[in-house]
Amino acid sequence: MTLKTLTKPWEAMSYGFLDGSAKREMRRKMLKSVAVPGCQMPYASREVPMARGWGTGGLQVSLTLVNPETRVKVIDQGADDSVNAASIRRFIARVAGTPTTMDTLKADLIQSRHRIPEEVLSEDQILVLQVPNPEPLRPVQPNMSIARQMHADADYGRMWLQLYEQIVRSGRVMQGASYPSLVNGRHVMTPSPIPRWDVPKLHMAKHLTILSAGREKRIYAVPPFTRVEPLVFSDVPYKVEDHAKLTCHRSGATGFFMNEIPQDDGSSTHEVSDSEWGVKAIRVRDGEKVALGETWYKDGEMPQ
Amino acid sequence: MTLTLDAPRIFQTKPLLSVDNVSKSYGAVHALRDVSAIAYPGEVLGIVGESGSGKSTLLRMMNLEEIPDKGRYTLDLPDVSGNLFDLDRFARRMLCATRIGIVYQNPHLGLLMKHSSSGNVAERLLVAGERSFATLRAKATTALEASEFPLERLDAPPIELSGGMQQRVQLAKAIALEPALLLLDEPTTGLDVSVQALVLDTLKRLQQDRQITMVIVSHDLGVIRTLADRVMVMRRGEVVEAGLADQIFQDPQHAYTQQLVHAKL
Repeated sequence: MTLKTLTKPWEAMSYGFLDGSAKREMRRKMLKSVAVPGCQMPYASREVPMARGWGTGGLQVSLTLVNPETRVKVIDQGADDSVNAASIRRFIARVAGTPTTMDTLKADLIQSRHRIPEEVLSEDQILVLQVPNPEPLRPVQPNMSIARQMHADADYGRMWLQLYEQIVRSGRVMQGASYPSLVNGRHVMTPSPIPRWDVPKLHMAKHLTILSAGREKRIYAVPPFTRVEPLVFSDVPYKVEDHAKLTCHRSGATGFFMNEIPQDDGSSTHEVSDSEWGVKAIRVRDGEKVALGETWYKDGEMPQ
Repeated sequence: MTLTLDAPRIFQTKPLLSVDNVSKSYGAVHALRDVSAIAYPGEVLGIVGESGSGKSTLLRMMNLEEIPDKGRYTLDLPDVSGNLFDLDRFARRMLCATRIGIVYQNPHLGLLMKHSSSGNVAERLLVAGERSFATLRAKATTALEASEFPLERLDAPPIELSGGMQQRVQLAKAIALEPALLLLDEPTTGLDVSVQALVLDTLKRLQQDRQITMVIVSHDLGVIRTLADRVMVMRRGEVVEAGLADQIFQDPQHAYTQQLVHAKL
């Protein structure tokens, strides 16, 4: 037996870019965050070849979770083909040899920014959300030491003060994205910058959601079948964006979250924000046989 | 025929607030030395003393912001028992939010300067668990009205308001949950004399309407004389004289009190 047979041959980098100790830490912190739903766990947040704030937190989670059979889908602002999404997807495929897909139904791991796909995710899928600012208390308590103590005490009264101020100033709750939500009746989390439209999708969802902030070095999770309740006043109901009646000008789909596209004449048209759902709708219209998944929203309404 | 006389009311009622033998030192400095104080329900207790006499420290302890080295603090209220200095952080916060109101000399300590005034009052209610917007709004308006705050400025942030108005917002916040005890830390210091008179007027009226127990700390004898039923004079962390307000002002016994009263007149 020689030393050569006992050691691995030299490689330019470890599998999935991150080294073993980094991945072990990620796994431990992910387990911890699943064990205490919505509670922010600190982690080291290693360097990845991407600038902080571009999805490094989500990328580290994805790189830790993938194996050569994991089918990876990456979304940025709802689209699979934007530059950031395409680069992250290509990077994961290159360092981990994973197959990639744009189809929500076929994906095993979905890394996303700003959106949750319109098709219902299943038990064997994992959603990884990139989070820019994980601390829901930051707008009401700039001192992070006190904020942590407030989390420990479940002292969340001031979150409602924020909503109160918005209603007083503007007549309605103005919080458009990152709507603070109570997870499992205990921790308030900010569900990354997903629109209000997407927050009810997390409630009692079948899939695991992991939210990771690379710059802020915090990771937290919503395990499957966990309550996620947006903070509301008892007499002011939670309202999603008014998109139920809008129609996509490209695919003709109605009742989904739309991107507004301003026109030269001052008017605006809309297109489905979840680009893959739009593509599927167009292919169905053109007579192709496409597997359409069940959607969270039906006719613009989320069934209770 | 036998005539039975009831004992005077003051012997029959138990004090609402009692602080027993509280001591506190910061390093070599003794801020308080064996200080005791009581306040009966519906009464106004005035604490006078020069700067550094420990009167604000005592008030902060009554608001459970600070814990002394030794001493007891009890409030005679339903479901409040034992030495309040022994409460954990959680129970302490709940007690302070629901049973004790405080007005600080510096409004920056008591208010969120950039939130709306009504929001500042609503915060108190939110901490106590109120979650209905309509109720919050109504209760905040009522409290601000009771402290004679102009309702057209309901949603103006305190930073845009005058000093007198800021004190009124603080007062509204303090009385929003109808606390059993209202603590006032130099509430009119820093206001000009006419505004001072208006704020004192409001305090006096509130006291008469609601029969709220107040502890007011001031170095200004005029303020104490206007409001207080009983007075405690403090100096260098000790109580030098205590008694009814008239008694103290008309017939001061201790040399320091005499000096204080004469300096004023």
